[in-house]
Amino acid sequence: MKDFCRLFEELDGTVGTAARVETLVRYFEAAAAADAAWALHALLGKQRRRLITGRRLREICLEQAGLPAWLFDECHAQVGDSAETIALLWRSGPASIGDREGGGDARPLHVWMEEILPRLAALEGASQAEAVGELWDGLAPQELLVANKLLTGGFRVGVAQGLVLRALARVSGLEESLLAHRLMGGFFPSAEAFRALMAEGGDAEPALSRPYPFFLASPLEPAVLADTAPGDWLLEWKWDGIRGQLIRRGSESFLWSRGEELINPMFPELVALAAALPDGTVLDGEVIVWPETAERPAPFAALQRRLGRKAPGGRILRESPAAFVAYDLLEESGEDCRSRPLAERRGRLERLEARSAHPRLRLSRRLELPTWDDLEKLREQAREAGAEGLMLKHLASPYLAGRRRGHWWKHKLAPMELDAVLVYAQAGSGRRANLFTDYTFALRDEAGGLVTFAKAYSGLDAHEINELDRWIRRHTTERFGPVRAVEPLLVFTLAFEGLQRSSRHRSGLAVRFPRILRWRRDRTPDSADSLSSALALLGEPRPGAIQDSLEAKAPSAENFGTIPTVGLIEGDENGSAKAPVPGDDPLPCQAAQRQ
Amino acid sequence: MKRTSHLPADGLLTLTPEGLHCPAAGAWIDPWRPVPRALITHAHADHARAGCGTYWAVGSAEGILRRRLGSGIDLRPVRYGEERRIGEARVSFHSAGHVLGSAQIRLEAGGERWLVSGDFKRDADPSCTPFEPVEADVLISEATFGLPIYRWAPGAAVAEQIRHWWKGASERPSLLFCYAFGKAQRVLAELHALGETDEVLLHGTVQALMEPYRQAGVAMVPTRPVSELPRADTLAGRLVIAPPSAHRSAWMRRFRHPQTGFASGWMAVRGARRRRGYERGFVLSDHADWDGLVCTARESRARQIYLTHGQSDVLARYLREVEGLAAEPLAGGFEAERSPEGDHPEAGLSVEPA
Repeated sequence: MKDFCRLFEELDGTVGTAARVETLVRYFEAAAAADAAWALHALLGKQRRRLITGRRLREICLEQAGLPAWLFDECHAQVGDSAETIALLWRSGPASIGDREGGGDARPLHVWMEEILPRLAALEGASQAEAVGELWDGLAPQELLVANKLLTGGFRVGVAQGLVLRALARVSGLEESLLAHRLMGGFFPSAEAFRALMAEGGDAEPALSRPYPFFLASPLEPAVLADTAPGDWLLEWKWDGIRGQLIRRGSESFLWSRGEELINPMFPELVALAAALPDGTVLDGEVIVWPETAERPAPFAALQRRLGRKAPGGRILRESPAAFVAYDLLEESGEDCRSRPLAERRGRLERLEARSAHPRLRLSRRLELPTWDDLEKLREQAREAGAEGLMLKHLASPYLAGRRRGHWWKHKLAPMELDAVLVYAQAGSGRRANLFTDYTFALRDEAGGLVTFAKAYSGLDAHEINELDRWIRRHTTERFGPVRAVEPLLVFTLAFEGLQRSSRHRSGLAVRFPRILRWRRDRTPDSADSLSSALALLGEPRPGAIQDSLEAKAPSAENFGTIPTVGLIEGDENGSAKAPVPGDDPLPCQAAQRQ
Repeated sequence: MKRTSHLPADGLLTLTPEGLHCPAAGAWIDPWRPVPRALITHAHADHARAGCGTYWAVGSAEGILRRRLGSGIDLRPVRYGEERRIGEARVSFHSAGHVLGSAQIRLEAGGERWLVSGDFKRDADPSCTPFEPVEADVLISEATFGLPIYRWAPGAAVAEQIRHWWKGASERPSLLFCYAFGKAQRVLAELHALGETDEVLLHGTVQALMEPYRQAGVAMVPTRPVSELPRADTLAGRLVIAPPSAHRSAWMRRFRHPQTGFASGWMAVRGARRRRGYERGFVLSDHADWDGLVCTARESRARQIYLTHGQSDVLARYLREVEGLAAEPLAGGFEAERSPEGDHPEAGLSVEPA
């Protein structure tokens, strides 16, 4: 445990890629395979199993340290992390001195993960509280922090997977892409699994379920296209679903999300589709709600109803039927064809699709691009088509792993914009602990009041964040636990990808990917946008039964006058469903896998 | 709703736009604006401001006050514990243990004793005189670190950490950032107390405050301005102390691959360190920690306690509900909250509290 804690501490305190890779290499060279396996699991952010909830740890800490609950919460608001709050509160005396000189816990990491922590989780009530207290007593603060994070499944170090792979590649002498592939589809931490990962030579017997690493596009830099012919590129709509990989091997079917979640149970109709594919087929594509007869897919909100819902019932399957829009063919007849040029893969994909003729399988349409001048015209049509932009893929490109620039580009729609008023703020977590970085914004309503509209976390630079933090502290009008109401004086332009009616939100609207575009210091709240300007952005009602059924449930425009102004917590959910919250675990199949 | 209180209109001290006012003494304590007579708890910029008629402060603060407010200020030096008559009030300055020459100020008139703690700490500090517990009827105390997550280890232990960190990097310079007045000298004095004899290099802002400390007889390791060393010198294995404003400034280009650390009470929280981009945080503060704040409130035996700065509402609630003391956060022009980012105009001059 002490070696792992030192690794955590060193990674935490090291700036610079090379030094961090160096630190990882040192750890993996020295660690026993059983410990390295668990460390890798944790570094990749896969240690999400919640052995004990943070709430329970808080309860144990309060009970035994004799602190009032409200005081714990005030501390938590300052620290932004319950594992760390407990680590700081637990020690009876001032013990912020690290354990560098003091030995530290000698039990190996795999013993912690396989025995010590699960044993604690299996206990209940007073005996659990006592055992947790004893464990904490024996640990240095840094170890206590790490142990709590492992217990609550919240362990995260700011190390990109790429750095971990680079370090493993150096230790093993293998290619990073091979390691990435071997890690796909789940890595069960054990000494054997780690040895197999690092072993030379081909896989003895790769798991049937294993997906390929996804190839990701980068935002388009138009200059790079200038020297190429439009005909060199495959142009497609960029669909607003979730990226997925559909596998048919050995009479089994697997649907993976980009977040490497196996999502078979959520999409039985797509599992059925896979069963209709020839054995040894792997497709890359988009999972999206798209009724068979509709010309365009349903908006993301429809898909959202399907995500996280295992074994969906007949009604939702009828109302929000999923389709798989195939972009690429990665494996055919058991042959890995990722290194073949896209033109060839696309041809094979088209033939496969024609043969299968399954209603849930849609081939991603190839758009015509006679000249570069047509690119922007097409992009403007994306919203009309129900897409969120364009994809440009070079026809000679292989299917690579991860985000490699130069072959694939995404060209998203220009975002929608509204000027909204800052009404609530909340401190962030992790690096943004005790800094007000989670903002709630409101629009003007017809009665001249404000109605909460969206939450946004990103878009300001460090300078602006600090300035706004000071402003918020000075202009707080009310506190609701960690949330502060502020004087409604500041106006910000918010950008977002889409707007939907929603009965779950006070404004009657749900926004996609809201973020701050700029601080409008030139604006006063009375010049901020109103709900009616937001409604105007909704545009024309869209065709499709799904859309209609969704709209039927949403409040009509006439109802807005009756909505009370500024509600607090109710308004908070807007934006939180999809916006990546710094330091928070992305929900499976949500923030994680978007391209 | 944030609960705050106002001082009673007929009390010994009231709050005016200039700051804490004692009508009986005809004086303001650490006024925010120019006033005829200012009683100064200590020379940090958010407590000592220029433009007042006369200044009353502890003699050992004189060097720094004159350096910062001008050599020509009308300064009346007093000794710790010495009782002076100012106007209708009896006034005494008592050691606050915060920085060199820092004081708590007690005022007595009409049979009432009020104590203004200023900034204080109760931990041992070889660079200044120790905190003196003082009793009063009414206490106005700071609450900068008023959360139980803030508990300090002894300064000597933190200095040992700093030394270990410095000596462990023989191939690159170690840049330690901390507030130039008070914290820097404390680190130098703590290192000396550990038996360290190697020279430490200083940024110009720190250098400018060394003379008053040397004159006051504070024993510190040998120091030299880093600017005196040839630029060709890689400074590998050297410790350099600089104010936080120098972090990521052009000044830092002079150092090749330095390791960086920050010494401050805020470093107790991991996110606070990561946000600033320091590689290492040393938890060292010149303010009272949670235990120090609670203990001081208790020991003052005050019938009424007002709290300013930082976590004043949290500490007040704890003192009321758990300790059974009459404590309230004080409304007014004190910084709404002492933000970890430094929340006052001179933050850039690195005199902010920490």
